[in-house]
Amino acid sequence: MSHTKSTELTPITVNVDEYLGLNKYEVDEENPHIELVDEPEDKEFLKLIKVCPAALYKIDASGKKQFDYAGCLECGTCRIACGDSIIRKWEYPQPTMGIEYRYG
Amino acid sequence: MADCDFDAIVVGAGCAGSVAAYELAKAGKSVLVVERGNSAGAKNMTGGRLYAHALKEVFPDCYTEAPFERRITHERISMMTPNSNMTIDFGSTEMEVAGQESYSVLRADFDPWLAGKAEDAGAEFIYGIAVESLLMEDGRVKGIKAGEDEITAEVVLLCDGVNSLLTEAAVGYKRPDASQIAVGIKQVIALPAGTIEDRVLAAEGDGAAWLFVGDCTRGRVGGGFMYTNKESISLGLVATISDVAAGPVPVYQMLEDFKNHPSVAPLIKGGKVVEHSGHMVPEGGLSMMPPLCADGVLIAGESAMMCLNLGYMVRGMDFAIAAGQHAGRTAAEALAAGDTSKVALASYQKALEENFVLKDLRQFSKFPHFMENCTRLFNEYPVLTRELMNGMFIVDGSPMKPLKQQGLAAVKNVGIFNLVGDAMKGMKAL
Repeated sequence: MSHTKSTELTPITVNVDEYLGLNKYEVDEENPHIELVDEPEDKEFLKLIKVCPAALYKIDASGKKQFDYAGCLECGTCRIACGDSIIRKWEYPQPTMGIEYRYG
Repeated sequence: MADCDFDAIVVGAGCAGSVAAYELAKAGKSVLVVERGNSAGAKNMTGGRLYAHALKEVFPDCYTEAPFERRITHERISMMTPNSNMTIDFGSTEMEVAGQESYSVLRADFDPWLAGKAEDAGAEFIYGIAVESLLMEDGRVKGIKAGEDEITAEVVLLCDGVNSLLTEAAVGYKRPDASQIAVGIKQVIALPAGTIEDRVLAAEGDGAAWLFVGDCTRGRVGGGFMYTNKESISLGLVATISDVAAGPVPVYQMLEDFKNHPSVAPLIKGGKVVEHSGHMVPEGGLSMMPPLCADGVLIAGESAMMCLNLGYMVRGMDFAIAAGQHAGRTAAEALAAGDTSKVALASYQKALEENFVLKDLRQFSKFPHFMENCTRLFNEYPVLTRELMNGMFIVDGSPMKPLKQQGLAAVKNVGIFNLVGDAMKGMKAL
């Protein structure tokens, strides 16, 4: 994945991963149910950073784009935001896999 | 068509799906519900509050049976800037009248109860498998493909939610635009029951619904919400996807800032986050609805984009329940008549036109457009409100100006024509 700068972003003070750690998941390590194109455009990736409620789309300290489907809430927001651009595949997880809400 | 595996297949065991399955089973039809969660509700999330009237139509005993969280007896709406918040708190015994009540719910508890009603009536359920695609024959829906299995039915009811991957094949519905759908983000924050009641000034077992506009979404189109559950608070935001994408603040940072706002932090103080969730909200209203039926298929609930967000009121589950009821009944009648073609199923649309579902969506069909274009509602108006309120309430010993003068100064910042124009447009849309 290419390197990029996230100049349009306000500082992030929240660690969403900690919140996701409170959720119940059955992660399917074998099958990513969401896949991005090989060289996602910066502008489109930045949209996903902002709209994904699980903060799964990140740019790391070295400027590299990161995406981890493991904490996915299966809401479909990324599919609506970038289904025509940098989301190559969007499916629901394999049987019995993914998020399992205990409150909802 | 005697060779079908089932009379009807329902995709999704949410509000629409379980009620549709209940109606079909009650009419003596064989019905299979396929739910991708390991239990009903496992993949579902609501803000959320259920207006009980539609459920009462299906299950008159729901008041004593259903796993509601709290009856809502306080309605609050707020206008928020980073350092102020003006709230209207309305309480009324009208909210306690049978057929007018609303309840907070958590879907992991509510949905299994609803699915159980359908199961008791004779519907079969499979859990843990997503329907991958529809079986089609000559442009007609003939069944579903789930995992290794192909299962046929004379009619398929799509109740698979706002992010349906099936409506395109069923009725040619294209993926909605990012300006028509909002992203919802929510945390469930655990607190003792008594603490919740004290903080929202509610009687034992009762609770509050609270909607916010302004700084909660950092000025983007959307709003904040709070619903009290028995022993937790549901706190979150809903914001239009395209507008969040165009701004500088990610939605999860908005939520964190909202939680730290001086008017929200005391409400959740000492609470423990127990779940972080996300769900899309269809906000385009009537204009974004797919066709509700085609040959061999009906669509109900959020997969048909049935949702109404007026800023002071958000509805979806009561639409889903009523639509599920009518979809189930229409399907049962069509099965009895031996014709599940589009023409035969079209009476579903007619039934919804005659009840509140399409009447209400039609009544407020201009509102989404108004909301989308009235960005001052999320920025200038909360500031205007703050200036007016500061003028009324702040005393510092300096000579006070007449209220009229203060008010005019604050209004001038927005522009009197803008204010009057927005008010007129808002009135028209509502």
